[in-house]
Amino acid sequence: MGIFSTNVFKAGLKVMLDNDPCAILSNEYVKPGKGQAFNRVKLRNLKTGRVIERTFKSGDTLEGADVVDLEVQYLYNDGELWYFMNQESYEQYMAGEKAMADTALWIKGEELCTMTLWNGAPLTVSPPNFVVLEIADTDPGIRGDTATGGSKPATLETGAVVKVPLFVEKGEKIRIDTRTGEYMSRA
Amino acid sequence: MANKWQPAASFEMLITRARLLEQLREFMAVHGVLEVETPMLVNATVSDPHIESFETAFQYPGRRNKRKLFLHTSPEYAMKKLLASGSGPIYQICRVFRDNEIGKYHNPEFTMLEWYRPGYDHHQLMGELDKLLLELNFKPAQKKTYAEVFKERTDINPHTAELTELQKKAADNGFTAQVDERSILLDFIFSHCISDNLGHECPVMIYDFPVSQSALSRIKDTDPPVAERFELFINGLEIANGFHELCDASEQKNRFVQDNLKRKKSGKPEILIDEKFIEALKHGLPPCAGVAVGTDRLLMAMNHCTDIHEVIAFPVDQA
Repeated sequence: MGIFSTNVFKAGLKVMLDNDPCAILSNEYVKPGKGQAFNRVKLRNLKTGRVIERTFKSGDTLEGADVVDLEVQYLYNDGELWYFMNQESYEQYMAGEKAMADTALWIKGEELCTMTLWNGAPLTVSPPNFVVLEIADTDPGIRGDTATGGSKPATLETGAVVKVPLFVEKGEKIRIDTRTGEYMSRA
Repeated sequence: MANKWQPAASFEMLITRARLLEQLREFMAVHGVLEVETPMLVNATVSDPHIESFETAFQYPGRRNKRKLFLHTSPEYAMKKLLASGSGPIYQICRVFRDNEIGKYHNPEFTMLEWYRPGYDHHQLMGELDKLLLELNFKPAQKKTYAEVFKERTDINPHTAELTELQKKAADNGFTAQVDERSILLDFIFSHCISDNLGHECPVMIYDFPVSQSALSRIKDTDPPVAERFELFINGLEIANGFHELCDASEQKNRFVQDNLKRKKSGKPEILIDEKFIEALKHGLPPCAGVAVGTDRLLMAMNHCTDIHEVIAFPVDQA
């Protein structure tokens, strides 16, 4: 993978920090007029998603991380693992609960997801930004009330619970932004 | 961005820059400080292990070998040679060059205002700098010692704290390197925990630095001893650095030798010691104070800019 010095750190570079793969978000050069130069670096831990800030002496190095993003199609879940297929190579990948995190709440099958592989194994799986899912259960709607505000919880076919407007009914399909978990529209 | 031919700075800013240079020259003229020019191409460059010089070479017509020269990183040595030869108060506004420096607050070439006052100590010079700032419509500056701001922000005494205490503070603030050099740890803590907060209400001048950060300043024999050096901060940005200048030739030579040792240790090229500068000190540099003001950053502070690109017509990536 190679070794990267602070002067080539830039947004998007994947490196190893404290044994975890991280993506560099920003790199700021800090130098007193008379004194040591530093690089103040923001990184996202790709395992936990947490953003951390670290400072390096200019010229220090980090090892690169073998991290790649793939587009994969969701096939099914066997109760323990989630199965995906790389549409180009037809290779299958299995992701565990940890890699899936909340993603499992937004997919029911055939969606195209982004899978991040670390050393060839699934690290995280992200759902499409927008998905269409059916409402499995919600309180009866108030007919014609499309103007006033107010919302109610609705359980989707995947088990996710989202807030929907009062007029939306059980059995309807809705469009959701998976990044915020918010209702967008009826589909 | 790379293909853009137009200047990075707005025309309004370039007009403000021109006006600032006029104001600086006017201030110096009124205060009886003489404008001088010294070479940008120099034989012997800076010794500071944290500053890197651009190297070039001069071809004498007809000669076989080229002569190695450097672009100056500051006009300090040459200006001190002028002082030693009896110039009286002098200033210079010039472009200086530093390799391996680029960022929101750094461009590898930048404009420096540097002036020297024979007979002044660093407090008198801070007073004069304050006058200049007032003319540029800044509020009166506040003066604080390095130890005071350190104590206020971190509860650490920078002069007496154990190395382990400094290491812990640095690690707690995300410093990754294992370092046992006091000056690096102090630089880290100062630049990450302190300087961002300095100079937001009014300009702040920090003085009396730890001896490990003395650079070219005198050491005051107090308990603890302190370096008679000061820095000016506005909006969290270091704008100027000044000294009650070291005049002792053998002490100066010793610091060059120490700097070269540090350079060797960290794998950086050793520098040729400027013997003519040492000769000038031996002849006698009058007791004086000097300060270097980063003019681009001063312009940033005057106009609340957050990126040095806003004040330079053609930063290096567009040069």
